[in-house]
Amino acid sequence: MSDDTRGEVPQLPEPADDNVPAETLPGTGDGGSGGGDEQGNGRKFFEDLTGVNVDWRNALLVPILAIITALIASAFVILISDLDVWSNFGTESLSNAFSEIRRAFVALFEGSLGSGRALSETLTNSSTLILAGLSVAVGFRAGLFNIGTEGQILAGGMAAVWAGFAFDFPVFIHLPLVIIAGAIGGAVWGGIPGLLRAKTGAHEVITTIMMNQIAILLVLYLLDTQLFQLAGRDDPVSKTIKESGRLPRLVGFLDNSDYRVHAGLILALLAAAAVYWLLFRSTIGYEYRAVGANPDAARYGGMSVTRIYISVMSVAGALGGLAAVDLMSGVLHRASPGFSGGLGFEAIALALLGRSHPGGVVVAGLLFGALRTGGQEMQVATDVPIDLILVVQALVVGFIAAPALIRAIYRVRTGEGTGQVTRGWAT
Amino acid sequence: MELELRGITKQFPGVLANDHVDLSVRSGEILGLLGENGAGKTTLMNILYGLYSADEGEIVVNGEVAHFTSPGDAIAAGIGMVHQHFMLVPVFTVTENVVLGVEPTNSWGVIDIKEARREVSEISAKYGLEVDPTRLIEDLPVGVQQRVEIIKVLFREADILVFDEPTAVLTPQEVEEFFGIVRSLRDAGKGIIFITHKLGEVLEISDRIAVLRRGRTVGETTPGETDKQKLAELMVGRPVDLVVSKGAAQPGDAVLEVRNLVVLDDRAHPAIDDVSLTVHSGEIVGVAGVQGNGQTELVEALTGLRDPFSGSVTITGVDATGATPRKIHELSVAHVPEDRQRSGLVMAFTVAENMVLDTYHRAPFSRGIVMDWDETRRTATRLVEEYDVRTPSIEVEMGNLSGGNQQKVIVAREFSRDVKLVIASQPTRGLDVGSIEYIHERIVQERDEGAGILIVSTELDEVMALSDRILVMYRGKIVAEVEGSKATASDLGLYMAGASPS
Amino acid sequence: MTAVAPTIELEEIRTPQEIKRSRYLGITYIAMAIFVLWAFAFGSVGNGSATFGLARPTDPSFPDFTFNAAFVAFIVAAVLASMGGVQLARGFGKRSNLVLAFGFILFTFAFLGWATAQSGLGSFSMVGMFETTIVRSVPITLGALAGVLCERVAIINIAIEGMLLGGAFVAVLVASLLRTEDASLYFGAPMAGWIGVAAAMATGAVLSWVLAVFSVRYRVDQIIVGVVINIFVLGLTSFLTVRLLVTNPDLNSGAIFKSVKIWVVGDIPVIGPIFFNQTAIVYLTFILVAALTFALFRTRWGLRSRAVGEHPQAADTVGVNVYRFRYLNVMMGGMVAGIGGAWFTVGTVGRFDENMTNGKGFIGLAAMIFGRWHPVGAMSAGLVFGFADALRQKLGILQTPIPSEFLGMLPFLATILVVAGLVGKARPPAADGQPYIKE
Repeated sequence: MSDDTRGEVPQLPEPADDNVPAETLPGTGDGGSGGGDEQGNGRKFFEDLTGVNVDWRNALLVPILAIITALIASAFVILISDLDVWSNFGTESLSNAFSEIRRAFVALFEGSLGSGRALSETLTNSSTLILAGLSVAVGFRAGLFNIGTEGQILAGGMAAVWAGFAFDFPVFIHLPLVIIAGAIGGAVWGGIPGLLRAKTGAHEVITTIMMNQIAILLVLYLLDTQLFQLAGRDDPVSKTIKESGRLPRLVGFLDNSDYRVHAGLILALLAAAAVYWLLFRSTIGYEYRAVGANPDAARYGGMSVTRIYISVMSVAGALGGLAAVDLMSGVLHRASPGFSGGLGFEAIALALLGRSHPGGVVVAGLLFGALRTGGQEMQVATDVPIDLILVVQALVVGFIAAPALIRAIYRVRTGEGTGQVTRGWAT
Repeated sequence: MELELRGITKQFPGVLANDHVDLSVRSGEILGLLGENGAGKTTLMNILYGLYSADEGEIVVNGEVAHFTSPGDAIAAGIGMVHQHFMLVPVFTVTENVVLGVEPTNSWGVIDIKEARREVSEISAKYGLEVDPTRLIEDLPVGVQQRVEIIKVLFREADILVFDEPTAVLTPQEVEEFFGIVRSLRDAGKGIIFITHKLGEVLEISDRIAVLRRGRTVGETTPGETDKQKLAELMVGRPVDLVVSKGAAQPGDAVLEVRNLVVLDDRAHPAIDDVSLTVHSGEIVGVAGVQGNGQTELVEALTGLRDPFSGSVTITGVDATGATPRKIHELSVAHVPEDRQRSGLVMAFTVAENMVLDTYHRAPFSRGIVMDWDETRRTATRLVEEYDVRTPSIEVEMGNLSGGNQQKVIVAREFSRDVKLVIASQPTRGLDVGSIEYIHERIVQERDEGAGILIVSTELDEVMALSDRILVMYRGKIVAEVEGSKATASDLGLYMAGASPS
Repeated sequence: MTAVAPTIELEEIRTPQEIKRSRYLGITYIAMAIFVLWAFAFGSVGNGSATFGLARPTDPSFPDFTFNAAFVAFIVAAVLASMGGVQLARGFGKRSNLVLAFGFILFTFAFLGWATAQSGLGSFSMVGMFETTIVRSVPITLGALAGVLCERVAIINIAIEGMLLGGAFVAVLVASLLRTEDASLYFGAPMAGWIGVAAAMATGAVLSWVLAVFSVRYRVDQIIVGVVINIFVLGLTSFLTVRLLVTNPDLNSGAIFKSVKIWVVGDIPVIGPIFFNQTAIVYLTFILVAALTFALFRTRWGLRSRAVGEHPQAADTVGVNVYRFRYLNVMMGGMVAGIGGAWFTVGTVGRFDENMTNGKGFIGLAAMIFGRWHPVGAMSAGLVFGFADALRQKLGILQTPIPSEFLGMLPFLATILVVAGLVGKARPPAADGQPYIKE
């Protein structure tokens, strides 16, 4: 730096590695989104409709193959858990086992889609699952991992139940009240981890897991109090939601008590549409997605990351609360310990399967609803316990998350997997 | 020891990073490797260090062909690399970092920490690299951390040392100390490869100079035979227009007034210590200084990303002390951030989405909470055209654009508004020459249209070329104010080091 | 060449956050003092004395500790209040956390005194409490250790719950198989149990291998993998329980480990029965904690593992195989979790019930964070949470008016406080959760 003539000093850049476009650096994943022209018009139409960049093949091929593979694997599980096969290995026991598998899958299919009642049950289950899935998906979009849906459902459910039995209003007032109560309960339970994340940097995975466990205990306690406990009962069961607080049956006019599908389905679909609009057509959604992708840039752009974290978790929690409303007000009508039944974790699998997109969550919700309903039938008709469904779900999500496995098995080209969602505990 | 790289070729998808590169260095000499960003220097060194494998060509050590499949192989062959970004574990001690991978242990695997400490002290004394073996890395200043990196390399008995941009983070004082160390290493018989883009330094320290351009060696020379201008032309491949053409400034009213500003850093130390400055419309004020003297915190305080501890900030007459980024934005301030990928852009968003990152909340891009994507797309298309952003479309993700084009998007976004004050921090860091020229032109254009510009840059050359007035920051204070036309690099360099021309 | 550049001297600088935190802590102590005063001190007046049994009922040679509950509570309140005063005035500096722990111990002591005095029984087996604490802390500690092993190499392990559950199932199944009368392979009680434990370790290793593969090789988000593994294990074990164990109960009656009293030290009053009269798995847990601490901080393996977790790229450039370390350590963590799972069945009740771990894995996760990713910290946290667990049971016996569920919430609330930084910094390994991409 011993120059005296200013004008001649060369200006040369500091080297950095970002001058080379990302796709030319080695080892940066498989393919990604830009697909080329083959998809052409259909893809463009879909993209225009949803505003989302989608590779057709990736969107449909991998999930379908994942489901098929998972079902095959579950058949295998049925096979190897057949004691008969172990102790009397031979053509007879094997053919018995295969026929059992066949009956199980038939039951699965028929039980979920094979009759009016089956469809009704599937839709009933799906509406809850869709709402729960939306709860997780909204969080994902904002870069927050909401494992707390389980607790949010419990909190929202207790609030909804309380609103359901504590008041006596005409249905036009009572039902919305129940819905709002449930949403608020869930929103609070989600908002607390959001607040903690925003103000103290406490990672929401930990705080929501803790809140889940706290909720489980809280429900146990509440169901033992005079306020909640059903009069005259000693076991932890709550008072029943009054008729005016219940979600009405959709096909109630058919006067068939088997058709349980209720207005919660409408609620779920409306919620999905609302979430879609929120995420992709509103400024709020733009903020959510910006914060999810890059909180530093979001701050630079003038967004209040603190406020947005709280907002996201509250909305996610409210959706969980709505799932509880769907469950409580539509089906159960009263609370008992653990009424959420693992919904929260299923919801995570759902959201992943649906790529955190409201449309995807609806489809995935229908699928999981079908699995649940079919699984119940399967358990009744054969000796195959419904827990197998959990195995199927786990496998499906596993394959979705790592399409490389599908690729290896079927030798097809796939896109990226779900990749990184969280950034570890440190903020 | 003699190291030779013969015909090294490495192809990445779409880019030929190294094209039959020949290089050689022997014990007791310092080879300066010069090249623009993207020229292939880092790729070449990664091949040498076993992190990549070459498609063609060979590495010859003392006459024998060597195959490196991992850093371990390179280390075993006597090659040691001191990376640009230190490879040190912050929570480990100096000793632990040095011995990692080659720990002295007993047969059970238990580390003999005393022995390790002793060996570190030995090397430290032998080569004049003063350091306390028991300190944690995170407590040490950058210059000392670099010494630890060097000790690491010497611990493994390297005969050839490769330094990748070693002076980027050093104060001028530390640079001198560093050069002393390098010379004594050479005199002790080591061979040194010194990678840099700084022409002055390569001329000062090298025995021989090799220039890389677009993956090829385009010249080999010695300091005696060349000068900065010739080297610059070799590096870039054409006569470099080193002057930014600009007319005289026409300063008007003050758009930015900073009075007695004190800003604390993350450790509650004052990073900005009683700073006052003024920027008028129609002038470019440059802030020069070595990285780490408070520039980052200054910009953060002025753009709402950090609350000042005391003092005042006034923008176009309105009090903006501790204001939010949004409020400052609404005072017609444009901010080109230091780290474009971290603060300025959402890499996962499309070009169009990024174009409204700080304006999405207002008309015409939204009404209430409803986004108007059509308008967004229209604007993005227009700006991409106007600012010459090279991108396949406005719907591709930001990550697909090169650094220069990414920065152009930011500049397009910021300058297309009606701005009264521009705060630009390291605006051309990591860019190719073409983009740099473009951005400099745009900045001057903004000035001529009446905006006041505050440029913060660690590249002294850039500050000197652009500024009408130059302020120098040192340890959180402004230690000098010089008129642009009267500034000299040597004077500024002294100020930046905390000294003053006598 | 100029002189050595001075290294930075760090003073005890108190950031505004630290000052605020310090103030909250002081207020907390005073609030605790007031609460103790109102609830336990005044609440115990007239209730007479409380007796803490310090010896086993079968061994009455050691005197019990009897004291006036109200009196002690007053003293505790006074101490807490003065602690609060000191905290507000100038704080306790480095010892802050120890003092906080001490404060809670005092509080608990006063609480127990009050609870015992106001119950009709008047006495309370302290030794029994502590014995139960140790026992109940085992799965938590083991789960936390598994977490430490994984997170020290920067792999987040949410699947501890699944590994515990899977280990529990496999342990009892294998142990039962080896004890069925007509089995070709028959083993006696402790041996069958040990083989069950080994099988549980293998199960844990397999599950954690899945975690490693998905997160290291396929770079799937580690939390997603963890959740998926949990669902999978729950589904599979429940499925198999109904399918196999319900119809064949002799597959579900594994050997139970008996308590083993250690020679000599087992006879020391008070301490003996608590620490040295436990089952082998308990002893194994203590050994693991010590071994892991030593290995992590004094051996080559430990240094390299920690480097992989803090700065994998740095480790890579000095020739440490980041992938191999991640796979290995995660699988070791899985094996430790397997042992923890075995505790549930073979180590205690000898039978498997659906979802019997019921969230213990998450408590283990909490304990790991509470213990700041250090094996000894994990054990301490495990003991604290185990104590809360044991207390829940005892409170039922003492018929305290406090609902036991709230006590059960303690570990979770405590963890939230830790993670929110209210109890000092919780700093995980720097690269935690981020996949390492080799260029």
